[in-house]
Amino acid sequence: MGWAIALHGGAGDIPVSLAAERRRPREAALRHCLRVGVDALKAQKSPLDVVELVVRELENNPHYNAGRGSVLTREGTIEMEASIMDGKTKRCGAVSGLTTVVNPISLARLVMEKTPHIYLAFDGAERFAREQGIETVDSSHFITQENIERLKQAKEANRVQIDYTPPIQNDKKKETPIADGDSQIGTVGCVAVDSHGNLASATSTGGLVNKMVGRIGDTPIIGAGTYANNLCAVSATGKGEAIMRGTVARDVAALMEFKGLSLKEAAAYVVEECVPKGNVGLVAVSAKGEVTMSYNTTGMFRACATEDGYSEIAIWPSVHN
Amino acid sequence: MGGWAIAVHGGAGVDPNLPPHRQEEAKKLLTRCLNLGISKLRSNLSAIDVVELVVRELETDPLFNSGRGSALAANGTVEMEASIMDGNGRRCGAVSGLNTVKNPVSLARLVMDKSPHSYLAFSGAEDFARQQGVELVENEYFITEENVGMLKLAKEANTIVFDYRIPAVGSETCSAVAESPLQMNGLPISVYAPETVGCVVVDNQGRCAAATSTGGLMNKMNGRIGDSPLIGAGTYACNLCGVSCTGEGEAIIRGTLAREVAAVMEYKGLGLQEAVDFVIKERLDEGFAGLIAVSNKGDVACGFNTTGMFRGCATEDGFMEVNIWE
Repeated sequence: MGWAIALHGGAGDIPVSLAAERRRPREAALRHCLRVGVDALKAQKSPLDVVELVVRELENNPHYNAGRGSVLTREGTIEMEASIMDGKTKRCGAVSGLTTVVNPISLARLVMEKTPHIYLAFDGAERFAREQGIETVDSSHFITQENIERLKQAKEANRVQIDYTPPIQNDKKKETPIADGDSQIGTVGCVAVDSHGNLASATSTGGLVNKMVGRIGDTPIIGAGTYANNLCAVSATGKGEAIMRGTVARDVAALMEFKGLSLKEAAAYVVEECVPKGNVGLVAVSAKGEVTMSYNTTGMFRACATEDGYSEIAIWPSVHN
Repeated sequence: MGGWAIAVHGGAGVDPNLPPHRQEEAKKLLTRCLNLGISKLRSNLSAIDVVELVVRELETDPLFNSGRGSALAANGTVEMEASIMDGNGRRCGAVSGLNTVKNPVSLARLVMDKSPHSYLAFSGAEDFARQQGVELVENEYFITEENVGMLKLAKEANTIVFDYRIPAVGSETCSAVAESPLQMNGLPISVYAPETVGCVVVDNQGRCAAATSTGGLMNKMNGRIGDSPLIGAGTYACNLCGVSCTGEGEAIIRGTLAREVAAVMEYKGLGLQEAVDFVIKERLDEGFAGLIAVSNKGDVACGFNTTGMFRGCATEDGFMEVNIWE
């Protein structure tokens, strides 16, 4: 038994040829966020505080698809969503459709602590943010040049599909653009457990590039993108629609609870058996201080550390596996 | 293969003092909806089509809290939500924050069938409704006189009306009365408390489906999302079973209640009724809720820890029941 922490910056089709100038800042962010989380755990902060803190850091980093750096909807706007859950009490909070809140994860925490509800969305959530006096900025703060470009490319690719162009041309299109290496699917998340076995999970995202306005993914949905109970804490990333119907985060916990699987076995089962290949990645910790990071995509931006000194920062499958 | 089965609900948590004529009204509507579902199942309509059709009927009738008759949010408008799931392929669709769509469950179905996504909300969902050409009506269509009265009382008392927090009969009746001082037309407000609707079906090919629709809580904060549109919480279907929940949304969400029924069947090997009993007993903590479920074998089950639940069920072998109390 000891503390453990794991975090992710999204799973997807990340080419191994990812240019160094795109890879390095993301690796640096993973290292920085892991350090922030480990320090907080060592300072006896509660896992709930730790996951919120780490996800805030990831939201503030423009290289990941959450908070600043969120991808754009079809209309070129941003609509951020997030959720947080405390394992011991199973209390949870979630938000969707945010356009001005600097740290969506902290608003999710406020929904959990300051309202009779669990989940607030769109105008009502923005109004609640103002009532609570949480930091808000103009929407343009979140929009990066890179994401404007990415939307443009996604729209072009989309037009091809809508026009029923033969798949050959489709493939050609695919090779040229979006070779910036991160998939269109990206999300950030963190799970943590302290040495008393208290667990928490948090996930935050800007959603899918070129998503329809109003689209809600798996990230704010308890049991899909985020889940924690007294056995484990899970944060998932990938294709939201697949994660939602697979109730991915809850299923890792359910397999441990109802089938007696270990954390690693449960995570591996969900990733390999329950969700189609190329669709999901997750990080999870157990009450015993175990950690696991599994995915069925090309790669997943991820990092973890445990009290006994183990630490890992990686994007693709490690050679030792 | 055990043949088809169907169950419908009109919400959990019923005031024990509900006047007999209102009980009869509710039973009549549940019976009508069951019969509609049964006739469609007999003519081999698929489970997913039947749950949509039955929930449309419940939404269109103003009696329960969905579609017309939806509870009002704090600003006096309706914000409806719904979800639908086809166990065959685990496809699903969900909507939240609708204020002009006549039948939210059908828009959820269109999100599933015609959009690249599974869940659309608020103005984006309304835009999608217009693109798809579904029937739209003015917000006033959904608002009933009783609900306007209830919202006024709820606002005066500065409370959210929880339909499932209805005092149990006999247990400290005096204090229960003192706890619910809100009265309308000489009856406790809880008599009018509106309820979520849902339907689960297994067809004679063993395909399961579930659908749930609601107006949410009276005097809820605008923008509040409850369990009804959340896959795994209010609604779930897979190849084993279909489940629709109702009650305290927040307890249902944190208990991932609908998925839980399926999970204990899948991972623990429990039967349908066993799974339902386990979930109601072990998974609600202090929360109040009820649910209906069918299995791919043609079993039907329901469970609740509230005082009463509006419900009905039928199976191919001729069993049919409509009930409110235990």
